[in-house]
Amino acid sequence: MLIRPKAGILDPQGQAVERALPALGFEGVANVHVGRLVELDVDDPSRVPEMCERLLANPLIEDFEIE
Amino acid sequence: MKFGVVQFPGSCDERDALAAARRVGEAELLWHGDADLRGSEAVIVPGGFSYGDYLRVGAIARFSPVMGEVARFAREGGLVLGICNGFQVLCEAGLLPGALLPNTSLRFTCRQVDVEVVNASIPWTRGCEVGQRLSIPAKHTTGRYWAPGDLGDQVVLRYAPGHNFNGSMDDIAGVCNAEGNVLGLMPHPEHAVDILTGSVDGLALIGGPA
Repeated sequence: MLIRPKAGILDPQGQAVERALPALGFEGVANVHVGRLVELDVDDPSRVPEMCERLLANPLIEDFEIE
Repeated sequence: MKFGVVQFPGSCDERDALAAARRVGEAELLWHGDADLRGSEAVIVPGGFSYGDYLRVGAIARFSPVMGEVARFAREGGLVLGICNGFQVLCEAGLLPGALLPNTSLRFTCRQVDVEVVNASIPWTRGCEVGQRLSIPAKHTTGRYWAPGDLGDQVVLRYAPGHNFNGSMDDIAGVCNAEGNVLGLMPHPEHAVDILTGSVDGLALIGGPA
């Protein structure tokens, strides 16, 4: 599961990373966002969306993708 | 008034919350693993941390046995006050609208803040007047309040001009549920109950229902 801050909600962590990259000589970087990755083994993959909705992500402030 | 103060693994303000509640009534601790409010007439979900705050602040604590009872109590109209991490837990539990995000500074900040009472008609603020300023300490890393849409009368407390250090939407410091029996706020009224530590303004909130 890839979980990232919803578009439109201020992401100061992404902004801090975005500011740090040019300081190291990495120019031309924009729209940096920092999310998190949850890996798991699961017997019944059909239940994964509910896991995301109820615990792994907060759908109010985060989007998630399941791979 | 008998207060129950929840204790999670990682809570660190439950003793101050107990001491504050005992200035206005009786109080005892409620263990997170017990699905029992022990006859509490009001519940305080205190600050500190809970279950390591892994994943997101408050995300795992909301599924603890005691929180099932707190949710039931709240839905039946019981009085619940969530302070700091307790506010985060109540938002995660869906008992309050919105969510708490990292401060825009990304830093832990501890400072005395002024908050203004916006809604004095709920049980927790009935000892206050609209426009009254309360001086209360705040100390957190994840206190930037955000909610979709306009909350109307559910906004109970706002940071006074110049005091919104965490970047909260519309300077919101505290919100209640639609019924007004559940209040959550980031500043710590339980740390403002003795003039020795600078302010007794916290008693206006904790003593509201008493």
